[in-house]
Amino acid sequence: MKARRLAWFALLGASTLAFAAADGSWLRKVPAAEHARVNPVAGQPDAIAAGHNLYHDNCARCHGADAQGKSGRPALRSPRLSAASDGDLAWILRNGVVFKGMPRWAGLPEQERWQIVAFLRSLNPPASGDRP
Amino acid sequence: MCSISRRLGPLPCWLALALIALCAEPALHAQQEPPYFVTYSSVLEEPGNLEIENQNIAAAPKNANAFFAPTVEFEYGVTAWWTTEAYLQGEATQHDSTVFTGFRFENRFRPLPREYWVNPVLYVEYEDVSDADKSFLEITGNTSITTLQVSNALLRKEVEHSVEGKLILSSNAKGWNFSENIIGEKDVNENSPWEFGYAVAAARPLSLRASSHACTLCLQNFAAGAELFGGLGTRYNFGLKQTEQYAGPTFALNAPNGFTYKFSPEFGLNDNAAGVLWRFGVSYEIQQVRDWFRRSR
Repeated sequence: MKARRLAWFALLGASTLAFAAADGSWLRKVPAAEHARVNPVAGQPDAIAAGHNLYHDNCARCHGADAQGKSGRPALRSPRLSAASDGDLAWILRNGVVFKGMPRWAGLPEQERWQIVAFLRSLNPPASGDRP
Repeated sequence: MCSISRRLGPLPCWLALALIALCAEPALHAQQEPPYFVTYSSVLEEPGNLEIENQNIAAAPKNANAFFAPTVEFEYGVTAWWTTEAYLQGEATQHDSTVFTGFRFENRFRPLPREYWVNPVLYVEYEDVSDADKSFLEITGNTSITTLQVSNALLRKEVEHSVEGKLILSSNAKGWNFSENIIGEKDVNENSPWEFGYAVAAARPLSLRASSHACTLCLQNFAAGAELFGGLGTRYNFGLKQTEQYAGPTFALNAPNGFTYKFSPEFGLNDNAAGVLWRFGVSYEIQQVRDWFRRSR
């Protein structure tokens, strides 16, 4: 009984952290130089298709195959991502938000991370205006 | 018997769960992990994922019987900064016997919140392994392959209860991973000194870009690298003297169905080492195991 209660507390904690990761506070931590980086494969159909495959392999299980979020983990189709720059997305893929549940993906080659950014951008066309 | 196995018939609970895991939707997988057998990188298991790996080693050392030593690993990502792992080990020696040699339990922690030029990971392990162990998961202290001439019956009587710490340093640059491990080990039951060892490795995928088509034998799914590892003596006898040293290339295929296959011939570099250690491993990653225990998916 005690073990079960502990397990529920652990689950509750994990969900809370996952929810906290969705608050977008990571965007404020992105250095200006990283924010300004340009995706070298932006808009290329091949890169978007490759990014889709990589997303399906590495991200979909947590963020959903349709990128609408899953089990309290954030959706990747959102106004916040539309407002984020390609550099912001590349930064979070490399660094994660480890204490809030999002792992690092620095082990993937940089080119592959840019392909994922290209795919995410295809889901979230850039919003006009400045950095949020 | 759990409720699942009651439904499936007279199966033990663990077997029922294993069958369900294998029949579950095809596991996708992360391609981050470099193809190392001995060296750890800073890549941790993604939170909620469970990786099951069968890692094997075979060798026919000079003046000793050939042996085959399988290890089964269960690696679980507790959080994005903490991975826990359990090992079960055994070995079979030609003209001798097959024995279970023990277990290990380890934890790895990444203390820093971001990716840096060099990324440290702290590793803590408890081992309960007999001297008959031939897994070569790491090498510490002053050892020699000639100890393998002793029969399993004698070796298995000596069981080492030890704690081991590693400082793992790892860098990612231009698609390459470079990792260095510094190892310290202490038998907690005997009055033996701290033993030291090291492992260094480098690897990269054969292609740094993913293909726009799903494929199995694309270059991006292959990785190659090299490892060098060995003992560094003890607190009182530090250095390369009377130690085993090995080096060799290492290869991996990350198949899209969730399996990863690894292979490495490791060559002995000094007289204390075996000629060649042949290693091969298969791992399968089950993503988001913890979702199975959540009500809403």
